[in-house]
Amino acid sequence: MVKEMRGAADGSWTEPAAEADRSDPRRAVLDAVEGWVVVFRRKLSAGELGWLPVVLVLATVWIIFQSLNDNFLSPRNLSNLSVDIVGTGLIAVGIVFVLLLGELDLSVGSISGLAAAVFAVLNVNNGMPEWFALVVAVLAGTAAGTVQGYSFAKSRVPAFVITLAGLLTWNGIMLYILGTSGTINLDENGLVAKLTSHYFTNDAAAYGLAAVATALVFLVAHQDRRRRKAVGMPHRSLRGIAVRTAVAAVIAFSTAYVLNSFQGLPLALLIFLVVVAGLDVVLRRTHYGRQVYALGGGVEAARRASLSVTRVQTAVLAVSGTMAAIGGLFLASRITSVSQNSGSGVLLLNAIAAAVIGGTSLFGGRGTTWSAVLGMLVIQSIASGMAITDTPAALQFMITGGVLFAAVMIDALARRSQEAHGRA
Amino acid sequence: MAAPPLLALRGVCKRFGVVEVLKNIELEIHAGQVVALLGDNGAGKSTLVKVISGVAPAERGVIEWEGRTVHIRRPHDARNLGIATVYQDLALCGNLDVVGNVFLGREILRYGFLDEVEMERRTRHLLERLTRSIPDLRGPVVSLSSGQRQTVAIARSLLGEPRVLLLDEPTAALGFEQTTEVLDLVDELRDRGLGVLLISHNMGDVKALADRAAVLRLGRNNGFFDVNTASQEQIISSITGATENVPRRPAHREAGW
Ligand SMILES: Nc1ncnc2c1ncn2[C@@H]1O[C@H](COP(=O)(O)OP(=O)(O)OP(=O)(O)O)[C@@H](O)[C@H]1O
Ligand SMILES: [Mg+2]
Repeated sequence: MVKEMRGAADGSWTEPAAEADRSDPRRAVLDAVEGWVVVFRRKLSAGELGWLPVVLVLATVWIIFQSLNDNFLSPRNLSNLSVDIVGTGLIAVGIVFVLLLGELDLSVGSISGLAAAVFAVLNVNNGMPEWFALVVAVLAGTAAGTVQGYSFAKSRVPAFVITLAGLLTWNGIMLYILGTSGTINLDENGLVAKLTSHYFTNDAAAYGLAAVATALVFLVAHQDRRRRKAVGMPHRSLRGIAVRTAVAAVIAFSTAYVLNSFQGLPLALLIFLVVVAGLDVVLRRTHYGRQVYALGGGVEAARRASLSVTRVQTAVLAVSGTMAAIGGLFLASRITSVSQNSGSGVLLLNAIAAAVIGGTSLFGGRGTTWSAVLGMLVIQSIASGMAITDTPAALQFMITGGVLFAAVMIDALARRSQEAHGRA
Repeated sequence: MAAPPLLALRGVCKRFGVVEVLKNIELEIHAGQVVALLGDNGAGKSTLVKVISGVAPAERGVIEWEGRTVHIRRPHDARNLGIATVYQDLALCGNLDVVGNVFLGREILRYGFLDEVEMERRTRHLLERLTRSIPDLRGPVVSLSSGQRQTVAIARSLLGEPRVLLLDEPTAALGFEQTTEVLDLVDELRDRGLGVLLISHNMGDVKALADRAAVLRLGRNNGFFDVNTASQEQIISSITGATENVPRRPAHREAGW
């Protein structure tokens, strides 16, 4: 119910009456444009820019690096980029959940390292079957998140404080279970290694996924229109649905084309997109997700509406712990090893930055899981472009910092203008 | 014997820390009646509403529902009894849209997913009873005017056929026309047998709409009036404390209606 789900961005809503005189095509186009302008104005005045800023930033970054080095937009580089975003991106998806509450989880880096260590120790050192070690590792993340979530819900201490304690604790536990072994190398052909090394080389895979995604966009929009029309409510015009579907198709099929020009559809990207889309549906279309947004809008208001605040808060940090663990396994998979450095460094900062750059608000209640994808694309594009053009790392930090700063400012302005608009 | 009141409070006490905000409060709300709850700022009216709606449960005293003792410990309990509330601060989630707020905690599902179409249809239907200019149902409610937000909060309280309605200054932010529509609606709901507790500082509205008035002063009962027979001066002097004759029971109880 947060704006994006309305899909109103294409602005093609029509009152039932307006559709009567669609015989004149010019009139229909004018109506569509007018609707678009109305919706865009509404969003602007409500302080919501949605995807616009991050898409503009991404386009700028791509244009700059492509002009500096032709290889930047090569299928090889883009394909690698699409795999590189997955580990941190999955962690950022969990961060989105926590940000929706208006809270912050600082423990995700440590949890990701802990999960990777649990997996490595169980599988490599103790010979536990891979799939079993993997499940245990992920559940370790869930458990860590649940403990933090419950403490947060019961104590009402800000989550960033509790997860700061978690950051140290989980990191300590990770160092403890790694013991003296230092670096543990994973099986190069094992299940976890395959997570990021496997590609569906058959062209049909990427194109098939693109076709399915496009079809879903169309079917959802069309079904919505049919039901709304049936009860005489405002609904999207067919033209609007066509435009929407076309945009989805262009994005999906061009991505598939690029991927197929290199090694095909990466398994990691497939998993990432399925997780992001699935959790997006959970957040925006289920009872649970509505409660998460409601808590972000006001804990007291949610409590008075009979929501079980403790349960939702606990569940959100459990999700974030789980996603951190899954992300940690993907990061370990990428380098096929686990060491005392796993989950440390800029990982935590990048995950939070990705969610915020992608458009999820720090103030709670606004954002979707897709912001993790877009934000990670920006961050990883900068990193990859810097590497390709041999720019020093110092500059990379400064530029990423600048983008994050801009994103936070946009978020703050959006909030301010909403309040100025609303309060009497 | 007349039917027991829909909702009755007997000797209800509420304290915040060491401050005793409500002391031995008595109150009865009968079906088909509008009871005005009057009192100066800080008299404890909103606190009493929170006690009844389970937001700030009472420490002592008894709450009866149709003559039966009930325990209201959470908002959930009040809602299950059929008590709906419009809070003074509205308690809306600013980031959710109108439909999301109206159905918060009572979402309609279809195949396990939120049924936005049906919820929007019913929200529109509820709002049509309240106002002629329906606000944008799909923008975040922070972007609505105060009056529009108040209308949304009222619409939400009407969802699910409540039996008792607690309205804490429901028309404070409303314009003239909008106030009239809301008061007409309260009138209509009373005729349909709901019990209404109306908090208002507007004596005109109280005179026009309420059957009974209960006055609070400094957290205590300070008089019960039949609005049709009591004079405005009597009621006002009870609010300001000029008269401190405290009937220990609602007057109408002995009258047996
Ligand atoms: N959460 C709280 N903690 C401590 N004291 C409180 C709290 N809520 C209310 N009070 C106190 O209780 C008293 C009654 O407040 P209440 O809001 O019920 O008044 P009211 O009659 O609704 O006033 P108004 O007409 O201004 O709305 C006030 O003195 C207030 O300071
Ligand atoms: Mg009050």
